[in-house]
Amino acid sequence: MESAPTLSEQLADINEYEREPVPPGAVKGFRSFVGMVAGEHIAGTEFVIGPLFVLHGASASDVLWGLLFGNLLATLSWTLVCAPTAVRTRTTIFYQLERISGVRLVTLYNLVNAVLFSVTAAAMIGVSASAVGLLLNIEGPGIGDLYPTSPLWILIIFLIGSVIAVVSTFGFDRVSKFANVFAPWMPLVFLASGIAVLPSLGVTSVGEFWEAAETRIWTGVPAAGQTKYGLWHILIFAWLCNSSMHLGLADMTIYRYARRPSYGLASAFGMFIGHGMAWIASGILCAVALEAGNSAPSPGQIAFMGAGLAGAICVVVAGWTTANPTLYRAGLAVQGVFPRSKRWRITLAVGALATVLACSPAIVTKLDQFLGLYALLATPVGALVIVDIFVFPRIGLRSNLAEQEGLALNWSVLACWVVTVAICYGLYRYTAADFYFFMAVPGFLLGGLTYLFFAYVQQRYLTPTTV
Amino acid sequence: MDRTTLLPLLRIVSYLGLALTLVPSLLVFGGLLSLATYKLLMLLGFVCWIATAPWWINR
Repeated sequence: MESAPTLSEQLADINEYEREPVPPGAVKGFRSFVGMVAGEHIAGTEFVIGPLFVLHGASASDVLWGLLFGNLLATLSWTLVCAPTAVRTRTTIFYQLERISGVRLVTLYNLVNAVLFSVTAAAMIGVSASAVGLLLNIEGPGIGDLYPTSPLWILIIFLIGSVIAVVSTFGFDRVSKFANVFAPWMPLVFLASGIAVLPSLGVTSVGEFWEAAETRIWTGVPAAGQTKYGLWHILIFAWLCNSSMHLGLADMTIYRYARRPSYGLASAFGMFIGHGMAWIASGILCAVALEAGNSAPSPGQIAFMGAGLAGAICVVVAGWTTANPTLYRAGLAVQGVFPRSKRWRITLAVGALATVLACSPAIVTKLDQFLGLYALLATPVGALVIVDIFVFPRIGLRSNLAEQEGLALNWSVLACWVVTVAICYGLYRYTAADFYFFMAVPGFLLGGLTYLFFAYVQQRYLTPTTV
Repeated sequence: MDRTTLLPLLRIVSYLGLALTLVPSLLVFGGLLSLATYKLLMLLGFVCWIATAPWWINR
């Protein structure tokens, strides 16, 4: 009689095609992507970003139009840039970049990715813990604290981190299924919370909403000590806060499983529900909290105020469903550095790292800075991969040069990356832009152009190994 | 009860859970329900959803 496979054997059997194209038999239907992206982009941090627009004095029309056009541009970026590239190669960004840049450079890129993914997952764990702490009456660390304030808080962090790490360890299929279970419920909690508190702002009919939106929610007047946000801030935030995923191609990891490039449209569910409706609903909740005298409401407090226990559970679940695919990506990034190690072991280790990082509340408060930095570093890489795949064959240049020539380091990629990031950072400082996100589009365009230039010089006038 | 009979029933309870999540907020908005009752019904909606949806949603 055959004995049942052990957990270790079951995990080892999960093939995530880390170093090969996803075969036709493993591609997924549209629904898998809807559930995953809807779950991923309805995060506990939506309870932070929505209030941000209120506190920074955005006007109601700026929020409405900024979210409409920003989310539309983000959806188009996934549909027209990321998904077509992923479906063409059916590889992860990490493996594709290795074929182009060589193993040394991709090691650096993968490590940067792994750290930033872990930080993002850590922030989600921290947000989830804030809601659990609220339910159990365990006081968490304040916004200015760098270290955990009690052993019970650490215990909550470790329990939540363990669940997330274990789910991510089981691979894309399990991550997608986990998200599918919660995807229809979470947006309804956000929507219901926003609707239920409207009478507190004097809104008792649909016709009264706009006046309250302009005078009591998004008043156009920043809170004390906050800078003023306008239309461009909202639009850029909505479009580019995930630019590392769409223009930077990090989501090739996900969309390589798509049957068709048009599955990129699934991102609309994440954008218009998670980054549209949820930001508006949490903005309304923030306005109610401000009027009640709470000048800095936490995600847990906002959710609890709007939907009671169900709201707090929603924050916990929203943290999970965002952290799961993030840790999955982080595991694949580190897998690129240690190709002989088992992906599930790596994912578990990265999960442990994220859990430890989550103990520091600074990770949550600085999340927008981390995401912005990631956008700055990732978008030039996305552009050069697109140029290598789609443009080079048309102009007679060779794609995947490092793989073809056996290069450990393709200098044209390194030069492109360093020059583009340096110029964009200089531009960021010179223009005193509010977010690194603002540099994502210049970084994308400049990354494509500089790679074209350096690769042309390399392949036409020099030998590939010449530095 | 066999699986083919059970799954549609589970779906009905799941959808009831979603309805309990959204509809009470509209009643609060219309002044027909208190915030405290609304929060209780939302919790009940979550219980209905989480107890039944995992059985059918990924099939």
